Amino acid sequence: MNAWRNVWTITKRELAAYFTSPLAYVFIVIFLLLCGFFTFFVGGFFERQEASLVRPFFDWHPWFYLFLVPAVGMRLWAEERRVGTIELLLTMPITAWQAIVGKFLASWLFLALALVLTFPVVLTVNYLGNPDNGVILTAYIGSWLMAGAYLAVSCITSALTRSQVVSFIVSLVVCLFLILAGFPPVINVLEQFASPGLVDLVTSFSVMTHFEGFQKGVLDSRDILFFLSVIGFSLFTTSVILRTHRAG
Amino acid sequence: MIKVQNLAKVFGTKRAVDDVSFSVNRGEVLGFLGPNGAGKSTTMRMITGFLPPSAGTVSVGGFDIVEHPIQARRLIGYLPENAPAYTDMTVYGFLNFAAEIRGLRGDARKQAVNRVVEMCFLESVLHQSVETLSKGYRHRTCLAQSIIHDPDVLVMDEPTDGLDPNQKHEVRQLIRRMGEKKAIIFSTHILEEVDAACSRAIIIDRGKIVANGTPQELRQKSEWAGAVTLRVKGVAATAVTTKLYQVPQVKRVTVVDDKDGHVTVQAFPKGGANGALARAIGEAAHEWQIEQLRTEEGRLDEVFRSITMPDTAKEAA
Repeated sequence: MNAWRNVWTITKRELAAYFTSPLAYVFIVIFLLLCGFFTFFVGGFFERQEASLVRPFFDWHPWFYLFLVPAVGMRLWAEERRVGTIELLLTMPITAWQAIVGKFLASWLFLALALVLTFPVVLTVNYLGNPDNGVILTAYIGSWLMAGAYLAVSCITSALTRSQVVSFIVSLVVCLFLILAGFPPVINVLEQFASPGLVDLVTSFSVMTHFEGFQKGVLDSRDILFFLSVIGFSLFTTSVILRTHRAG
Repeated sequence: MIKVQNLAKVFGTKRAVDDVSFSVNRGEVLGFLGPNGAGKSTTMRMITGFLPPSAGTVSVGGFDIVEHPIQARRLIGYLPENAPAYTDMTVYGFLNFAAEIRGLRGDARKQAVNRVVEMCFLESVLHQSVETLSKGYRHRTCLAQSIIHDPDVLVMDEPTDGLDPNQKHEVRQLIRRMGEKKAIIFSTHILEEVDAACSRAIIIDRGKIVANGTPQELRQKSEWAGAVTLRVKGVAATAVTTKLYQVPQVKRVTVVDDKDGHVTVQAFPKGGANGALARAIGEAAHEWQIEQLRTEEGRLDEVFRSITMPDTAKEAA
């Protein structure tokens, strides 16, 4: 009970920090512009002549997140280390876990807000036709879980360094791997010399593979578990890094 | 309240803190002195639980900082070196956050914030962002954060660093006032602060405690402690020194000044300071025209140098 209160105190502070800096507004505007542009122009929303958001809208999310989520997550710990406030935070009467979860939750809620603000796309498709809104909902859930997985990876890289730029680049590379492991062109290359078992193993690490199910309107517990375990594992790694960093 | 036993911290091959033990009771203000890099900050970080010790224990109010970190930290207020604060928040927001994370809610929180704002003179910048504050205000904001829950134990790493003389004075007064009811440790390399605020001082050098006592006791270690300064008129310097060497308690006499018929000499006592030297010299000089006769109290800066310097000099050679 008390633990969640502490987590919530941290979360509130972090959320407020997003909105007092221009980062939040820049992020949301860019995210919405990208969504609109790719859905209606590059994704060929109108040319498809179907009332669906799956291909023109959600297909782009893993790629948007590749750049945008590390930008949201990069300051979480790097900034604390640079300014020295980490010394304040970790000597408060809270556990490191409460701080880690609180910070992660703040960024994840922020991403949820950005995602919710794409609602005009949903309104548009509903105005134009009769889409399966169930599929849209599951795809949104999947997209949010995927963003959480990226974000948790950014938490690790942010805890590793004082520099936000380094954190951004490293987490971008790691997230790129998470995408490419399930990206069809890469799989095709892989299939030519690797055994099917190995290919399956590699693709099973990809966010693409697991996001696919949500886009089809399927809430598969394995997919949910995949994203949650990436988040759990990454946050655990973050706590280990923070501890070893202090142990000197 | 604070009990440090055989505390050590090793970074790689460097022993930053080496077998440090001391304790601080309620009502005591302990000054932590030492040259830069002596291990002051590392020791404080271990006391507050930021760094885990390599060996030894710290207990705060009976709670071990490693075994019961949360209970121990509740009792501590901490002002880290360079007074960090969240730059993206306003002073008011930051203090509210600090109060909330310390478990203060509702009216208790409001009262706590108002109290520290008043104590640290922050009214004028209350709704300003921390980023735009001058160093002095930022420092006081962080100080306010450390006392917001009225802690029993205060750990302050260079609390007066970067403040102007007036602010320094205020902070020292504040420390002294709070020291009546709390256990306070603060580090500094400004020696006058030891006199101004401490009831006890520890000098630490290269990870080890090299001196521990009241400011008065530390001063006694000075070569100058108990030395007598004498100024007379119309006597030759050689005559004065010759005469003083005849006084049995005198170990050494140096001429400080010899101008326009005024001679100033300094006599160092044999075997430590006591009041006898000044009396003896006064008697020896009774036929001269004495302009000044004073017993030196000993100088902290000189003690500090003599304790922390010889080794570093040797190492450099």
